[in-house]
Amino acid sequence: MPTLRLKNLTRAYGQIRAVDNVDLDIRDGEFLSLLGPSGCGKTTTLRMIAGFIDPSGGTIEVDGRVLSSASGSVPPERRGMSMIFQSYAIWPNMTVAENVGFGLVLRKLPSAEIKQRVGQVLDVVQLGTLAHRYPAELSGGQQQRVALARAIVVQPSVLLLDEPLSNLDANLREEMRTEIRRLHEAFRITTVYVTHDQAEAMATSDRIAVMNRGRVEQVDAPYTIYARPRTRFVAGFIGRTNFIEGRRDRSQIRFDGFAVDAARLEGVDATASTITASVRPQSLSLSSERPADADGRIQIPGRIVERTFLGEHWDYVFAAASSNLRLKVAARPSDVFAVDTDTWLALDPKQLVVIQ
Amino acid sequence: MSFNSKPPTASGPAHSRSTQERLTQPTGRGWDLTPLLWICCAAILVFIVVNPVARLVLSSFEVIDGTGYTVDNYLAAFGRWRHVQALLNTLVMATGVSLLAALFAVPLAWATVRTDMPGRGFVRLGVLAAFITPPYLGAVGWILLAGPNAGWLNKIWMAASGSDSGILNIFSLSGLILIMAGNLYFFIFVFTSTALELISSEMEDAANMLGANAFRTAMKITLPLVYPSIIGGVIVVFLQSIALFGVPALIAIPARYPVVTTQLWQFFESPVRAEVAAAYALPLLGITLALLGLQRRLLAGRGYTTLAGKGGERRIVRLGLWRWPMFAYAIVVMALSVLMPLVVLVQASLSRAWGRGFTWSNLTLDNYHFVLFEHVQAQTAIVNSVVYGGTAAMASLALALCIAYMVKRNVMRGAQMLAFLCMTPFVIPGLVLAVGFYAAYTTPPFSLAGTAAIVILAFTTRLLPIAYQNSAAGIASIHPEMEEAVRILGGSRATAIRRVVAPLLKRPLVGAWILVFIPACQELSTAIFLTGPKTRVMSMVMLDFSEEGRLEQLSALGGVLLVITVAIVILGFRIVGRDFMLRRA
Repeated sequence: MPTLRLKNLTRAYGQIRAVDNVDLDIRDGEFLSLLGPSGCGKTTTLRMIAGFIDPSGGTIEVDGRVLSSASGSVPPERRGMSMIFQSYAIWPNMTVAENVGFGLVLRKLPSAEIKQRVGQVLDVVQLGTLAHRYPAELSGGQQQRVALARAIVVQPSVLLLDEPLSNLDANLREEMRTEIRRLHEAFRITTVYVTHDQAEAMATSDRIAVMNRGRVEQVDAPYTIYARPRTRFVAGFIGRTNFIEGRRDRSQIRFDGFAVDAARLEGVDATASTITASVRPQSLSLSSERPADADGRIQIPGRIVERTFLGEHWDYVFAAASSNLRLKVAARPSDVFAVDTDTWLALDPKQLVVIQ
Repeated sequence: MSFNSKPPTASGPAHSRSTQERLTQPTGRGWDLTPLLWICCAAILVFIVVNPVARLVLSSFEVIDGTGYTVDNYLAAFGRWRHVQALLNTLVMATGVSLLAALFAVPLAWATVRTDMPGRGFVRLGVLAAFITPPYLGAVGWILLAGPNAGWLNKIWMAASGSDSGILNIFSLSGLILIMAGNLYFFIFVFTSTALELISSEMEDAANMLGANAFRTAMKITLPLVYPSIIGGVIVVFLQSIALFGVPALIAIPARYPVVTTQLWQFFESPVRAEVAAAYALPLLGITLALLGLQRRLLAGRGYTTLAGKGGERRIVRLGLWRWPMFAYAIVVMALSVLMPLVVLVQASLSRAWGRGFTWSNLTLDNYHFVLFEHVQAQTAIVNSVVYGGTAAMASLALALCIAYMVKRNVMRGAQMLAFLCMTPFVIPGLVLAVGFYAAYTTPPFSLAGTAAIVILAFTTRLLPIAYQNSAAGIASIHPEMEEAVRILGGSRATAIRRVVAPLLKRPLVGAWILVFIPACQELSTAIFLTGPKTRVMSMVMLDFSEEGRLEQLSALGGVLLVITVAIVILGFRIVGRDFMLRRA
């Protein structure tokens, strides 16, 4: 089973550690995204896996065999991987078929077989009719499909994608990310996908590794990353959220304006006197009357101080009447509240996520 | 640890969902030849750049025909007022040339890029024609036009005014300046128009909105935005003009206006005093270095970020009636820099005696027959120019390409140093470079004096900066991911270069080769001290003809050179163009 393993992987440029002690295990056939803001080290990590950059510390192993280490690396051409580049890197001097077949030519397959395999893969990416066109005649989306076909036709041990959709417009991006996931379902190639777009990572990945300042902050399935962020950075980077500070008061955690039993919150450090919790605007609800059925939820009176209509939902800012608590709340388009109206906020303590 | 076994998946089990069995992975050979390449490039550069420059400096301190070191050469070089005067004259001349060239180039650049002046394409072509006409041919054209009394313009004046003497004398400082500016204003034109093309019309619109008219906007907004580029171009013109030898040889010597290059030439008349020449050449190197430093400073200091921006559309300024005076001005510049000299040169080349004018009885092809089939020296020189120019162009491009690749792809540390050496000859005037080569390679063990080898080597050195800039631009135009895509699929770097980089570089390289070949074919100043009887080039035979007063034959040989030049330009465009067409088809 080709398991890709990064151990203490580090890449320093002078004083700056672009990649800092990254540990990651990518399982056979898994689709893992490296997600993070620009400059977080995700592309450097990917390029180290590809063999274009040598690590300054740590190792990259496939099936226990060291491919990269500070003392030497297998060059990219002998890793049996393939990669899709941000610029697509489609060779303009070759036709679509020549581009796609190039890796097979390098593997010295008989030309009849090359032709057959290229034909098959072009059909898979729906480019069968364009085989003899030159890249300059293709649209951005079509070039992207050529890049995909070229990368999968060689049946790589690992497929690497470096922000492949960042040059496409929004509609096409959505279509292509579905396409990438579809191809993954079909071929199950171990895949590492670099992106700064959380929707892309969510839609395509089995697991997401959120990176920040050269470090991996959390590795989890997309839903867990969203619902149970472990660090302040992850909570803030994936979706929007409210951070609230609480103090330990015996068996309770006391927030500004309300309190929750410590036992009802997961991951509370027993020794810490203060904690930070994240609560998503989507998990809060507003109503003009006090709801009759509390159902374990905390209810706080207050009023709307700001509102923005974004088409698919409302963004409200709610201010509690008897404390300094202010929370962003997302509401359906039909839940209309005017600024300065008195409202009730309902908060389910299960939605409070304690972060480090 | 060993990295020589096959990649891990080659023998791995088939994947759960993949029905096809795994393909064997390629096993590329992993020899890294780049250190070897670096060493080769470095060795060549030491031979053709470092050593000649070092020998130039060293020999300026050497005792003539003896051993030991001395400052006598400097005393000999600068001890005489005449020699110092030549240096001052050069600065005066170069200042004049720079100013006149700017006066020619800046309005033309603005008018062709930003306005609706008629004939913009024609003007562009004219500027290019003025540039590809070698300066010494321009000088000959102007001798025919404004030689004292005999020149065409003087004859017309005398006929019109009834005066018995002409009013123009090309053998003067102003003549010198006019001829040089007419050839060199190309640089300012190119610098300025490139910068103008990058300025968004929104800059001008903003001024218009505040109530400025088109002229005020041009003077207050557009031109100031491109000042750094104009100054950059002016400095290049200044440097080129102090380094030119052909025009001073034809004009300044008869005008008794000694300049540095003609003085250097005199040090090489027997008895050859190469050491004194070396001492005398060094200030030229100093001036060049200082001005390039200044240029870099000026361009760096004014961070006009707008020049880097790509945003905003560019519209053309409507000149209204003013486009006709603008057009007239462009025609005057064209006439002075290329049209008039070219017409009289062609006439002379087709005449039995140029002074007899445009009559049927005066018309002949004898001059062409003479230079092509009778005059052995001219025949040899034509072949030599093409062969040396072609070889040197290839050699400099090959070297520059290797180094540019190493630099742009960060293949090796220390490549940047080689790039610096490639650009060094840019600050060395051709004549000075020739002195360096003379000092380095005419003595044993090389003893290359007068051989084709030394001429080709010197040409190669001289062309390196243009070759490097073009190669670097060509490689920079190819996204590194194009090569990485080859490598990740199993191709070595060599495969990437052969299958992707080389095909994509074909077009830029043809263009670069043309840009390098044309000056090489016309080169005079580098050749003059290095050629022997059998290795003379066209420009030198033309100088001989001029001394012998054979202006008709000179014009014919010049015509041959221009035909070669134009043919190469057209042929190159055809090749580049056809390639382009094929790709689109």
